[in-house]
Amino acid sequence: MLTKALQNPFVSTLAVALIVVALPLVVGSNFHIRLATMVYIFSIVVLGLNLLMGYAGQVSLGHAGFFILGAYSVALGPSQLGLNPWLSMAGGVALTSALAFVIGRPLLRLSGYHLAMATLAFGAIVYVFITNEVDLTGGPDGMQVQRANLSVLGLSHLMSWYWLAGGFLVLSMLILSNLLSSPAGRALRALHDSEVAAGVLGIDVARAKLMAFVISAALAALAGANLALLDGHITPAAGGILRSVELLTMAVVGGLGSLVGSVAGAAFLVLLPQFLTEFHDYEHAILGFLLVVIMVMLPLGIVPSLNAVMRRWLP
Amino acid sequence: MKRTLTICAATGLALILSGQVALAEVKIGAVVSTTGPASFLGEPQKQTLELYVKELNDKGGINGEPVKLVLYDDGSDANASRTFATRLVEEDRVDAVVGGSGTGNSLAMIPVFEDAQIPYVSFSGGVEIIDPVRKWVFKPPHTDLMACQKIYEDMKKRGISKIAIIAGQGGFAKSMEKQCKRVASNYGISILMSESYGPRDSDVTPQLNRIKASTGVQAVLNPDIGQGPAIVTRNFHQLGMGAQLYLSHAAATSGYLKAVGSDANGALLPAPSLLVAEALPESDPLKKVLTGYKTLFEKSTGKEADAFGGYARDSFLLLADAMKRAGTKEKTAVRDALEATKGFLGTVGTINMSPTDHLGIDLSSFKMLKVVDAKWGIAD
Repeated sequence: MLTKALQNPFVSTLAVALIVVALPLVVGSNFHIRLATMVYIFSIVVLGLNLLMGYAGQVSLGHAGFFILGAYSVALGPSQLGLNPWLSMAGGVALTSALAFVIGRPLLRLSGYHLAMATLAFGAIVYVFITNEVDLTGGPDGMQVQRANLSVLGLSHLMSWYWLAGGFLVLSMLILSNLLSSPAGRALRALHDSEVAAGVLGIDVARAKLMAFVISAALAALAGANLALLDGHITPAAGGILRSVELLTMAVVGGLGSLVGSVAGAAFLVLLPQFLTEFHDYEHAILGFLLVVIMVMLPLGIVPSLNAVMRRWLP
Repeated sequence: MKRTLTICAATGLALILSGQVALAEVKIGAVVSTTGPASFLGEPQKQTLELYVKELNDKGGINGEPVKLVLYDDGSDANASRTFATRLVEEDRVDAVVGGSGTGNSLAMIPVFEDAQIPYVSFSGGVEIIDPVRKWVFKPPHTDLMACQKIYEDMKKRGISKIAIIAGQGGFAKSMEKQCKRVASNYGISILMSESYGPRDSDVTPQLNRIKASTGVQAVLNPDIGQGPAIVTRNFHQLGMGAQLYLSHAAATSGYLKAVGSDANGALLPAPSLLVAEALPESDPLKKVLTGYKTLFEKSTGKEADAFGGYARDSFLLLADAMKRAGTKEKTAVRDALEATKGFLGTVGTINMSPTDHLGIDLSSFKMLKVVDAKWGIAD
C-alpha cells in the first residue's frame, strides 16, 4: 500500500507541496531560504528534462540553452522593450516553446548520440550568441535584471521568490502528473520502451517526442526566468555547456522516470557543494567521488533505487 | 552510503557549531574564482589574502582582534558567487567582504551587500562596479575605461588618430572593447575597423591581413587578456604590419613576454607600476610598496607576482586600514572610513576615495610601457 502510494505522482506532488509550505516554518535564515529556492528552480528544469529523457527516452545536452533564454528574456524584456517582468517571463516561456517547436522537428529525427550532439550544438549556439551580443546582453559580464515587484504581499524580495518558485514547482509537478496519467503520457512511456512497438500500436511517435521536447523547453525557460529574477543579475555562464551537463546529472542522480526523483537530484547537487566547502581544495574531488558512489550503489538514481529497496522490505 | 550520510551530517553539524561560537575577532569574507576559467585571477588572489591575513595576525590583528578569513570558491560562476555572498552575510555573519574575481561575479554579489549594508571591496576591473557610485561598494583595481583613456592619450601624443581594434570574446575583452569604442571620439580617435577572434583560435592572420590591406590604419589596439594578446603579437610580427601595436594592461604579465619574446618589441601598453617596480626611482613612495608585495608573494609561493594578486592585497589592506582608522569593525563606521581614505599606497597607485569616487585612482597610476629587447621599459 505504502510503496504503491510512493509511486503515485500525485502523492509525491502533495509531499513536495507540504515541504514547500512547511520549510519556512523550520528554517529562518535567508541563506537556507535561498538554497531552497534554488533547489525548486533547478527542480523545475530537471522535471522537464526527466519528462524528455526518463519518459520519452530522448537525450538533451542543450537544455541550459532554453534555461538561459528564459533568463535573458526577463532581463531584456524590461530593459529593451519596456515590458513588465511578468509579461517578459510569459513572453520568454512562449517564445522558447515556439523555438523548441521549430527546432524540435528536425532535431528529433535524430536519436541516441546524434541527438545528444545536435542538442549540445544548440546549447553552444545560444551560449555563443548571448556572449557575443555585447550591446544587447552585456556580454560575458552579464546584465542587471530589473527587480519584479511583489511587495504587495508584504513579503521580502527573497521570500516572495521562494513562494513563487515553490508554487511553480508544485504546479509543474501537478501538470506533469496529470499528463503522465493521460493517454498522451502512456504514449510517452511506450516510446521509452520501444519506438517501433509504439509506432505499431498507432502512436504518433514524432508528435509525442515533440510534445515532450516543447514542454521540457518551456519548463527550462520558466526556471531560467525565475533564477534571473531571484538573482537580479544574469551572466551567460548560468547557461553554459557545463550547466547542461549539471542538469543531466541532476536528472540521472535523482532517478529517471520519477518526478520526485527530479527534485531529489536537484536538491542533492545544489546542497552538496555547500556542505563540501569545508574541504576547500578537495571539494570537487569529493563531489565527483560521491557521485560515482551513488551511481554504483543506487544505479537507478536515488528515488527509484530506494523505492526498489522499500518494495523488498515493505508489504 | 551510510558513511556518506554520516560524513554529511558531521560536516553539517560542524558548520552549524562553527557559526555559533562567538569570539572577539574580525571576520572578513572573500569570494574568489580559484577554479573554472577565471582561476588565473582567483588563485593568486587567494594566496595573497592568506599571506596578508597571516601577516596582519602576526602583528596583532586589527584593533587588537585577530582576523578570520572566510573564503569561498565560486568556480567562476556568478550565480554561485551570489549564493556564497548570501552565506557570508547570513551564516558567517562577516564584518566586511572582499573579492569577486570577475566583473560579472562582483555585479551579481553587490545587491546582497547593499541590502545587508556590509562594506565590500571588489577585485574586478569593470567600471560598472563603481559607476554609478554605490554606498557600500569600493574597488581599487584600474578600470578598463582608464586603460582605454591612457592608450588614447598616448596615441594623441604620437599623432595617431586612425586605428583598428582586434578583440577576443571573453568578458574582459568584450568589456574593454565597449569602453574603448565609447570614448574614442573624446580623444579624436576614429576606429576604422573592428575584428574579432574566438576563445580557442590559435591564429589571427586573416583578421590582421584585412587590417593590413585597408588604408590609413596607424595603430592596432588589442584589448584582451590571457593568450589572445600573445597570438595577436606573434601574427602581427610575422605579417610585418607597419602600424603601431597597442595592448591592454592585462597583457602586462611575465607569461606574455615569455610566450612572444622579441616578437613583442615595440608594442605599447598601459600597466600598473608593479611590473616595473625595480625601474622606478627611489624617490617614488610606491616603490617600497611594490617591491614589498613582490618579495613577500614570490618568497612564499615561488610564483611571480602579478597585478591580480596585487588587487587582493590592496583591497584587504584598504579594509584593514579603514577598520584601524575607524577604531572599530562596526559596519557604518568602516564604510565611512573607507570613503575617507586618503593617500593610501597600493600596488595600483595612490588611492584617494571620496563620496563621489569609490575607485580612488587616476590615470597617473598607469605607466605606459614599451617592449624593448623582450623586456618591459617605461615609455613615458
